[in-house]
Amino acid sequence: MKTRVMVLASALVAMLGMSSIVSAEETMYVPIPSYRVGPYAAGGTGYFGGILDYYNLLNARGGIGGVKLIWSECETEYSVERGVECYKRLKDREGGAVFFDPLSVGISTALIETGRADKMPIIAVNHGKTAGQRGDIFPYYFMPGINTYDEHSIMVHYIGGLEGGMENLKGKKIAMLFHGSPYGREAIAFMDSMCEKHGCSHEAIEVPHPGNEQQSQWLKIRKSKPDYVLLRGWGVMNPVAMQTAKRMGFPVSRLIGNIWSNSDEDVIPAGGAANGYQAITTHPAGTDFKVVQDIIADVYGAGKGDLQDKSRLGSVYWNLGVLAGVVHTEALRIAQERFGNRALSSSETRWGFENLVLTAERIEELGATGLVPELNLNCMDHVGGHLAKFQQWDANARQWNIVSDWIEGDVELSQSIIDAGAEKYAADNNIEPRPCSADSNDDDFDL
Amino acid sequence: MYYREAGRLVKSFASDRRMLPLMEDRWIVIAFLAFMYIVVTATASDYLFSAILIPMMVLGVATLGLNIATGYTGQLSLGTAGFMCFGAFAAFNLVLRLEMYLPFAFFFAGVIAGLVGIVFGLPALRIKGFYLIVSTLAAQFFAEWVFNAYPWFLDNNSSGVVALPPHHYKVFLGQESTPFNAVFWHSYQGRYLITLTITLLLVLACKNMVRSATGRNWMAVRDMDIAANVIGISVAKTKLMAFFISTFYCGVAGAMYAYCYIGNLDFMIFNLRRSFLIMFMVIVGGLGSILGSFLGAIFVYGWPILITRMGDWIFGGGTLDTAFVENNSKIVVGTIIIVLLIREPGGFAALWLTTKKKLRSWPFAN
Repeated sequence: MKTRVMVLASALVAMLGMSSIVSAEETMYVPIPSYRVGPYAAGGTGYFGGILDYYNLLNARGGIGGVKLIWSECETEYSVERGVECYKRLKDREGGAVFFDPLSVGISTALIETGRADKMPIIAVNHGKTAGQRGDIFPYYFMPGINTYDEHSIMVHYIGGLEGGMENLKGKKIAMLFHGSPYGREAIAFMDSMCEKHGCSHEAIEVPHPGNEQQSQWLKIRKSKPDYVLLRGWGVMNPVAMQTAKRMGFPVSRLIGNIWSNSDEDVIPAGGAANGYQAITTHPAGTDFKVVQDIIADVYGAGKGDLQDKSRLGSVYWNLGVLAGVVHTEALRIAQERFGNRALSSSETRWGFENLVLTAERIEELGATGLVPELNLNCMDHVGGHLAKFQQWDANARQWNIVSDWIEGDVELSQSIIDAGAEKYAADNNIEPRPCSADSNDDDFDL
Repeated sequence: MYYREAGRLVKSFASDRRMLPLMEDRWIVIAFLAFMYIVVTATASDYLFSAILIPMMVLGVATLGLNIATGYTGQLSLGTAGFMCFGAFAAFNLVLRLEMYLPFAFFFAGVIAGLVGIVFGLPALRIKGFYLIVSTLAAQFFAEWVFNAYPWFLDNNSSGVVALPPHHYKVFLGQESTPFNAVFWHSYQGRYLITLTITLLLVLACKNMVRSATGRNWMAVRDMDIAANVIGISVAKTKLMAFFISTFYCGVAGAMYAYCYIGNLDFMIFNLRRSFLIMFMVIVGGLGSILGSFLGAIFVYGWPILITRMGDWIFGGGTLDTAFVENNSKIVVGTIIIVLLIREPGGFAALWLTTKKKLRSWPFAN
């Protein structure tokens, strides 16, 4: 009995102590809907670990405009219902969350309308519902970086570069090996129109989930002899594609991977067959960036690092987390420039995301040159980057080497598809688009 | 207990056939419903409505559906999430293409899911037990395949996730612009009330089926199908009937899951894992019990949330590694389930019955 009282008492003391520390200074609260257990834990621990490591770096330097970030985590296991529960649980804590970034298409899509009602920015870095790019119709939904159509137009542009110019794509054959899911299918129609524009022919070949057997698909590829194969894969499908390509005599260097086929987890299981494999990336892997070195020195040096396995510093998912941390905190900083160096409300943060501009100079100041692409979001474009690089896997050194500079997507071509999707959504949902144009950012929306 | 049953004699057949023969039970149920309809509706927060109460009721209905097949009729099934998926897509397409009012769409979604259930229940006429699991598992995979391979069901939406727009939320009385629909669908109270009403109707229907010839046939088939056949029950008809009703409930639950809870349609959320979870809900709650279905759903869905919230509350959010808390909550939940099932194989429903029996003779020992 005595021990129980002691334990309770000390827990109480600890709680009181903690709350008094927290209330001592002004803070902004960020909910972290992480997934650290379950089948997607590799992505979740890396991404949210990178975010928290960057937040810790900023807090150690005094926060954003003198306001420190605080956060609490909630486990979603990548499932929509747990994610929604986490959102509802955390959104009003500590004076109100400033934004919500779940790194899951399912969760962020389920929250689009909830976010609109709650005036809460829903962030989906480098992915998400493509039509959401239209900020006049989706004011609280942001996907800074690139969207699916950017991704594929950048891949075609890269192939054009390899062939010595876009005009040389005429008569070329491009096959797309896609994962048999809505995610896989999403790019088919766009690839058709992309090839129509550049005179190449396009063939889409489905690999049913999970894709651990691709004999028949690759026989088809051997018959039709495409010049390039785009890999729109997921999970085990990626290494199997590389191994089967090698067995079938298709040069792996002409197999080009998309965003979900570009991590270490995709190439290492394929062993030597992955040597020379190229993939698109929005952010290079590795630790050769000043900001990453700072995190290693100041955060991990102080024992505050989030990753338990330090060898994952510089991995694809962790670097994406650092990138997301930069994007989040720069949006907060930009919002502070307008509203003052104080804790912000969620709709003020929304203004920050909508006016988020990351110039090369600012990225250099942050020490993230080469890691973070230039971004320029506005009221009509909630993506704002449309840039990616390419990397090639060196199986002997077990590392990715960057083989291209930032390449821009075909924003014009994707715009019409995005407009059609967004306008249908607006009509279905009785949403009146905000007055936005290239020179008006609808500055006082919802403030 | 605070009331005694001794010496109460029924004086008419009508009162003998009542669903709740004791006046006190009736008052308790009425008080509970009044609490749910009035007090909860007036006072609960958005969080309680949208993250706790609605999903618990929806999952409870799905669990009840599985319980009809598994608990009452003895037909094991692992296709629950697949049947929910059929229900959700049926409701979506009925609203989209026939512009049906939502309550009717829910009903016909249940019917469509029920017909699918009959098709996948056909093997039950020949095979039993674990073999039947394989057949119903096929329903699960079939659902995932068909809604992936034919984007028509998703209104050709490229991303695979469809938001359910307000014109979908036509309840009655005309178009979406009427205040009635606005009140009902653009507030969580409204969704909660609709979910509660549908759940109540389905529970009443199930309770009456179970205590009528239909339910007695189910239980006869469950306990020994040959004997049931000998006394003149058509085993084939009974089994298919059970599958139809069971998948009807699952289908309605799936439609409510999409419309009342998530507000999105996405076949990925009706995956095999959900089928397993619903099966756990049936086992933990108690096979062949209506109350148990809901207790199981509340426990399996709510307990992990309670544990992590308690962890946050005791240790302060953020001080403990969430993966640590999460894994520990899984260990605790697993341990509780094991202990519960060893101590009380009948699940929460049996636990409740024991408590009731004890209370009945209280303060005497037996």
